[in-house]
Amino acid sequence: MYLTPMQTLLMILAVAAGTQLTRWLPFLLFPENRCPPAVVTYLGRVLPTAVMGLLVVYCLKSVSVFQAPYGLPELVAVAAVVILHKWKGNVLLSIAGGTVLYMLLVQAVFA
Amino acid sequence: MERTEQMNGIGTQPGRWRLAAKAAFPVTIPVLTGFLCLGMAYGVLMQSKGYGPFWAVLMSAIAFGGSMQFVAITLLTTAFDPVQAFLLSIMVNARHLFYGLSLLEKYRGLGKVRAFLIYTLCDETFSLISTVDPPLEVAPRDFYLCISLMDYLYWIVGTAIGGILGNFLTFDTTGLDFALTALFVVLFLEQWKKRENRPAGIIGISCAVMSLLVFGPDNLVIPAMVLMMAVLLGGRKTLCT
Repeated sequence: MYLTPMQTLLMILAVAAGTQLTRWLPFLLFPENRCPPAVVTYLGRVLPTAVMGLLVVYCLKSVSVFQAPYGLPELVAVAAVVILHKWKGNVLLSIAGGTVLYMLLVQAVFA
Repeated sequence: MERTEQMNGIGTQPGRWRLAAKAAFPVTIPVLTGFLCLGMAYGVLMQSKGYGPFWAVLMSAIAFGGSMQFVAITLLTTAFDPVQAFLLSIMVNARHLFYGLSLLEKYRGLGKVRAFLIYTLCDETFSLISTVDPPLEVAPRDFYLCISLMDYLYWIVGTAIGGILGNFLTFDTTGLDFALTALFVVLFLEQWKKRENRPAGIIGISCAVMSLLVFGPDNLVIPAMVLMMAVLLGGRKTLCT
């Protein structure tokens, strides 16, 4: 430990406070007993899909396409997830299949 | 579970929570694998910096910060600076603002449960709750609570396992955290099924890719959010019709 227990506890509380602020802010700004402005309702409708796209990119952000293996494991595994999901439409199967394939690729094929 | 029922002042409907848990558990399985894996990695990493399972679990339970907790490891190994930690947490977690905006409607009028749902809102819980509808026989509130609670516990249990016996693990888990990437891909496809969601999906991906190209992998989230907000608000008239 680099910090004292008291300092560590304060650091945990600081991280928690910052994180919780981002979670609570929208709910504090638009309390449930009042109708939020139409623009906020609109955002609530379009944001989930947009954010899901952002999260996919976020998960793949550190993949380097200019260095071996050129992002191939990720490309193949994501393609497998998409194909499996279009084919069977089973959420768990798509995720498990893609993950097992990815583990094989990074541990055995491109290792 | 029984305590929660009493707290909500709702009579005991037999099997109500079992039904909700049974509906929620299968959809959280990808989160289970991802969180156990990443939580363990976190526990092991904290251990290697001299912070034992007690501290790792405390951080996971109180802050429940995912990627921010990994960033915080760096902060715990330099000079004591809680203000910097606070500000950095806000920036790293700014995406939560979007989750709250999106869930204002679903989290309306849920009583005491609501505070817990907001406290434990994370990427994975948000993605599931905004995409997966509860079965007819399960109240949305119970479904949301089960998903949130399960995801929260996976993270804490993963952290504890990692902190306590991470050094004895022999199974090669490299790549297991891809489960979370796959989860987001699948949930994106589920959203994509509805034709009216597609423009927003394309906007989300292109803004994120553009931000990644311009600002690099470490600073992609906030510019992507600003850009997305601008395009979504600018195109409101077109997207609404």
